[in-house]
Amino acid sequence: MEAATVTRPTTRDEDWRYADADFLASADAAHLAHWATYEVPEGETLRHAAIHTSGDASAGGFERIRVHVGKGGRYEAFHVIAGGKYQRIEIEVTLEEGAHFEFGGVTLGGGDKIQEFVTRTIHAHPNATSNQTVRAVQWGQSKGNFLGRIEVARDAQKTDAAQNFRAILLEKGASANTKPELEIFADDVQCAHGAAIGELDQNAAYYMAARGIPPQLARKLLVQAFIGDAFVELDEADTRERLLEAALEQLEEAAL
Amino acid sequence: MLRIENLTAEVDGKPILKGLSLEVKAGEVHAIMGPNGAGKSTLSYVLGGRPGYEVTGGSVTFTSPEGESLDLLELDPHERAAAGLFLGFQYPVEIPGVSNVQFLREALNAQRKERGEDALSGGEFLKLAKEKAGLLRMDMDMLKRQVNVGFSGGEKKRAEMVQMGILAPSFAVLDETDSGLDIDALRVVGEGINQIMRGDNKAVLLITHYQRLLDVVKPDRVSVLADGRIVQTAGPELALRLEEEGYDAVMAEVAA
Repeated sequence: MEAATVTRPTTRDEDWRYADADFLASADAAHLAHWATYEVPEGETLRHAAIHTSGDASAGGFERIRVHVGKGGRYEAFHVIAGGKYQRIEIEVTLEEGAHFEFGGVTLGGGDKIQEFVTRTIHAHPNATSNQTVRAVQWGQSKGNFLGRIEVARDAQKTDAAQNFRAILLEKGASANTKPELEIFADDVQCAHGAAIGELDQNAAYYMAARGIPPQLARKLLVQAFIGDAFVELDEADTRERLLEAALEQLEEAAL
Repeated sequence: MLRIENLTAEVDGKPILKGLSLEVKAGEVHAIMGPNGAGKSTLSYVLGGRPGYEVTGGSVTFTSPEGESLDLLELDPHERAAAGLFLGFQYPVEIPGVSNVQFLREALNAQRKERGEDALSGGEFLKLAKEKAGLLRMDMDMLKRQVNVGFSGGEKKRAEMVQMGILAPSFAVLDETDSGLDIDALRVVGEGINQIMRGDNKAVLLITHYQRLLDVVKPDRVSVLADGRIVQTAGPELALRLEEEGYDAVMAEVAA
């Protein structure tokens, strides 16, 4: 149905402002417009955990995921983006009464990679909660982005929404972008957001060196601790390990 | 065991150490005392190879228990640790997301690897850690917590000594290990130093302001560091005189 009516997004579109322009220009427009949709029935839980590591030669890829979470239901999404020239994960979640959205995202890469998470969290009804934790580790000329929009409808009282983004830039030239966007129409809500961009903690790195830990291992341990924040709420230890290992593998291959 | 000759060093272009010479023999606890700003902490960081502390002249020769003579200033900080040097921090660093157990196991195994020894297994390490924590009367639960995160000043210093016990260095530079300790903790830490570092093939450079630690860890030699140089070295009676008469009186005598 869409083929005729689809317009191709460009970096002038707010949600695509940090996207890779070359990728957008060459990607299939109908494909770009495609959303995978999921329904979480009342009181149930759906969890997605994925590692996105298309090789350096790949132009990249994207996924657009739309989820409707029924009353008291729970949707959890944990993603590692560690590859591709351009890699984007976009998630749109609509929460019914008392539902919860948990999101943990990590971008990690170098070269001229552009890696981004875009979320839109719609608190449509009262008492729904959401918690989003994104960590970016970038080097080379790469970019790690997080665009997170939270919409709270007029009758969505007692909404509790939190969003936290932190980035570590391992080299000059790497960058991180974030743009929290809150649209709140209810009056009894809690929405917290925080963002920080910095370097690896040199004091901690030296403390480790003074105890015999070589610089490369120190960096790995510090990055591991940093990105681990994104998976604190993932209570499946095996999956958590798998995500962390995939991310750290990318770091080890980097010539820093 | 450690021979420092005519060492000069600067921080941010400002000369701090101005021709410091000192020898610490194996089996010795050598206390360094001196007024604020004399260069005591700079000396400890220069020995530990901390970035930002630039050596502009002189030499530091470290003789390992095996009799190998090393140019300490040529080694990276983690190599100095593997060679047997331990630097006790005046302000131990917090490392969120990394547990003491993980930190110390990585550190010990990195040192062992550097020395060509086999890594300790998880079980072997925990047994060792438990023994050394017991020595300092530290609960194993604290070792499972993140490195220094949420520790009081006294707990941090105690944790430093547990680290020293586990890493078993041959030479320890302890920078104001007594600061932040109450009387009971001071005794525990002091006795810890005695148990861990007393031995024919070991030595300690103990930087302190106060006699009270020296009541527990009895020094063999005491040196006064003032304005970037060692101005006097004598037996333990020197520390008592400094405590009674102050630096000015003792140093005036030296100048005369």
